[in-house]
Amino acid sequence: MSAPTKAKAAPLAELKGDLAILKERFGEAVQPAEYEGVVIANEVLVEAARFIRDELGYRYLSSLTAVDYLQEGYFEVVYHAYRLEGGGPLVFKARTPRDVATIPSMVSVWPGADFQEREAWDLMGIRFAGHPNLKRILLWEGFHGHPLRKDWREPYFEEEHKPFSSRWPSGHHIRAEDRAFWHDNVQYPLDWDPDQVEDTADELLYIGMGQFARADTGEPVEPKSLRTERLVVNMGPQHPSTHGVFRMVITLDGETIVRLEPVMGYLHRNHEKIGERNMYLQNMPYTDRLDYICSMSNNLGYALAVEKLLGIRPPERAEYLRVIMAEFTRIVNHLWAIGFLLNDLGAFFTPALYAIEERELILDLFEEASGSRMMCNYMRFGGVAHDVSDDWIARAKELVYNRLPRAIEELDRYLTHNELIKARCQGVGVLPPDLAVAYSTAGPVLRASGIPYDVRRAEPYSIYDRFDFDVAVRYNGDVYDRYLIRIDEMWQSLRILRQALDQIPKGEIQAGKKQYMIRVPPGQAYGRVENPKGELGFYVVSDGSPNPYRYHIRAPSFINLTALNEMCKGHKVADVVVILGSIDIVLGEVDR
Amino acid sequence: MDELRDLNTMPVPLELRDNVLVTTIDRFVSYIYNWGRKRSVWPMMFGLACCAIEMICAAASRFDIARFGSELMRPSPRQADLMIVSGTVTKKMVPQIVRLYNQMPEPKYVISMGACATGGGPFKEGYNVVSGIDKFIPVDVYVPGCPPRPEALLHGLLKLYEKIERQSVRTVPWYQRGESEAVPVPILGPDLIDPRRLPEIRARLAALRAKAAEAPSEGAS
Repeated sequence: MSAPTKAKAAPLAELKGDLAILKERFGEAVQPAEYEGVVIANEVLVEAARFIRDELGYRYLSSLTAVDYLQEGYFEVVYHAYRLEGGGPLVFKARTPRDVATIPSMVSVWPGADFQEREAWDLMGIRFAGHPNLKRILLWEGFHGHPLRKDWREPYFEEEHKPFSSRWPSGHHIRAEDRAFWHDNVQYPLDWDPDQVEDTADELLYIGMGQFARADTGEPVEPKSLRTERLVVNMGPQHPSTHGVFRMVITLDGETIVRLEPVMGYLHRNHEKIGERNMYLQNMPYTDRLDYICSMSNNLGYALAVEKLLGIRPPERAEYLRVIMAEFTRIVNHLWAIGFLLNDLGAFFTPALYAIEERELILDLFEEASGSRMMCNYMRFGGVAHDVSDDWIARAKELVYNRLPRAIEELDRYLTHNELIKARCQGVGVLPPDLAVAYSTAGPVLRASGIPYDVRRAEPYSIYDRFDFDVAVRYNGDVYDRYLIRIDEMWQSLRILRQALDQIPKGEIQAGKKQYMIRVPPGQAYGRVENPKGELGFYVVSDGSPNPYRYHIRAPSFINLTALNEMCKGHKVADVVVILGSIDIVLGEVDR
Repeated sequence: MDELRDLNTMPVPLELRDNVLVTTIDRFVSYIYNWGRKRSVWPMMFGLACCAIEMICAAASRFDIARFGSELMRPSPRQADLMIVSGTVTKKMVPQIVRLYNQMPEPKYVISMGACATGGGPFKEGYNVVSGIDKFIPVDVYVPGCPPRPEALLHGLLKLYEKIERQSVRTVPWYQRGESEAVPVPILGPDLIDPRRLPEIRARLAALRAKAAEAPSEGAS
């Protein structure tokens, strides 16, 4: 059993602003929580959420996650809602005893809660009453246990927290395979009968598909005149166009899509469980492997969340370096995304070669600064790991002023007015603005639907408030606009880079001393950044020990997929590939 | 031509070395056969995680895997010679990987790219991670790194060439009598189940249950 959770403090004495309005409206059902936000009683939770969305104007549910307070004996679900006009979050929480583990579902208020609630059910074992499709999402149906519960132990369990004392006893390393009971990374419950080893995970998945259903009630209907059959087609997890190990189960009527269900978890690498065992700094290289194309900006998001808890700011030069790296990452990602969108359209690999060529030049800069091409592991709490030389700055300027504008111009010239691209992209996969907000989509997907929401402007972090740039926005919400917005954003990134590279001062790159094992004061923090793929958030709960008590990642790719079904309905199978390409997912982040 | 010469059969006078070649059928056929196929190893278009990005970079213009005859990535396992396991193998994915491996025609090779595919890597302790793809399918070349640079992957490919060069048509498994056996596909139960280990699992579970019946306070494994 774990030590007592020190993450608890006295609740906030008085509520201010919108929280006070909420308290006034719901009275005793709303109680102040520790550190931030309010706890809302389960009976009025959905009603209060509607009030928060409609009356208080927090239309955008950014993050929904659960924390297991083992010592206190309850689960807490934490919601972060934002106003589209910008500003800070409204944090509200719901609690349920561990043995009950049921909380009203938020899907009727914010459809974007769908996948996040399924994730909380899968990993934490909290039932969401009223959820339309509460199935496991990252693991498979039939998996034994809910791994993120604090009393659940993985097969290779050693100790609660790193550094493990067992790693090098008397200078010898014992392999995990030799130590574990089953000599492998598996464990089986006692009451399981190994003679019944039928693989039913897929059958359970297909239940309810392939039949006619009324659109409004979902009841099965027998067609009257023409007898047709629906076909369930499986795409992935090994498919050349799913950008990794992503799977879609598509119900077809002829060639038209009736329903699309994303199936994920084929790259579920347990970031959160490992993250809770790790020390704070040990998680930094793991964030690289979330969205492995944008490791620099993942680093930034995690560093910001922990710095919020620590209450420190990095020195000026480090802030500039962070912005430079994050904006280069955006260009890298958008080049890659456009290259592979063309791949999905059938222009096999050649456009991607043009994109990768420029990407390699930026990776060279990353490699020189951090020591690694892809997994940069560059940011530190209160600074960055290494300084860059004047020569580096000069070469970065050469790229930003000369080379990259030409490359983007070239892409723009060849693609934007291309007849084929227009024919395949315009009017395909349309996501109207109200749905884009309701589904909690973020980043280019949200902005291509006409919502000018960018965390760099809405709630500026680091030193983004100093730079002159525009939030790119497009209004049609189709694949073509999602492509155009990536071109727009690259131009804006170049603008920021020019300013940052010209203004970067000399000086320190680390606030205070470099520390291996930092002590973080107890608290809760949600740090978010505008990643190239959307809003990346880290929810970190500290209990004052050297390890995070809870480490949750709000992954933009994962939540953007909630809207995939909506975008694909009524289109043809060939369009699914393009629509998926235009959302631009990375499976490391989807499955974590 | 020196690698073709078989010095064990018939000695050739030194002055005739440039004109006469004495070799065995096996050595001669194997040489031609391996020479032909080693320079056009077609990988399967199959990416798992971060390493797949470096694999794509290896295929792109800067590193250009086409120099080594392997640029033709086949989306279908039926047309592929080489499976590059590029990334973390999870329990949920491993049945599909084994199935793809079984679908590849002989001769087939496997490169395990990166730390995760080789032994679980940084994610080894994770509950959904398989500690190395070699727990299920045979691996020919391991490429270390997290992720390996494209050059490292190319080096792994060259190592595979060397391995192919050394194979003899007489001993390679796909020219032996009988059918080659498929790897049993793992099953997703309460945890990942390797069908080859089922008897052992059954026995150990029974022992555990007997122990739990004696002392009811003891929990599951």
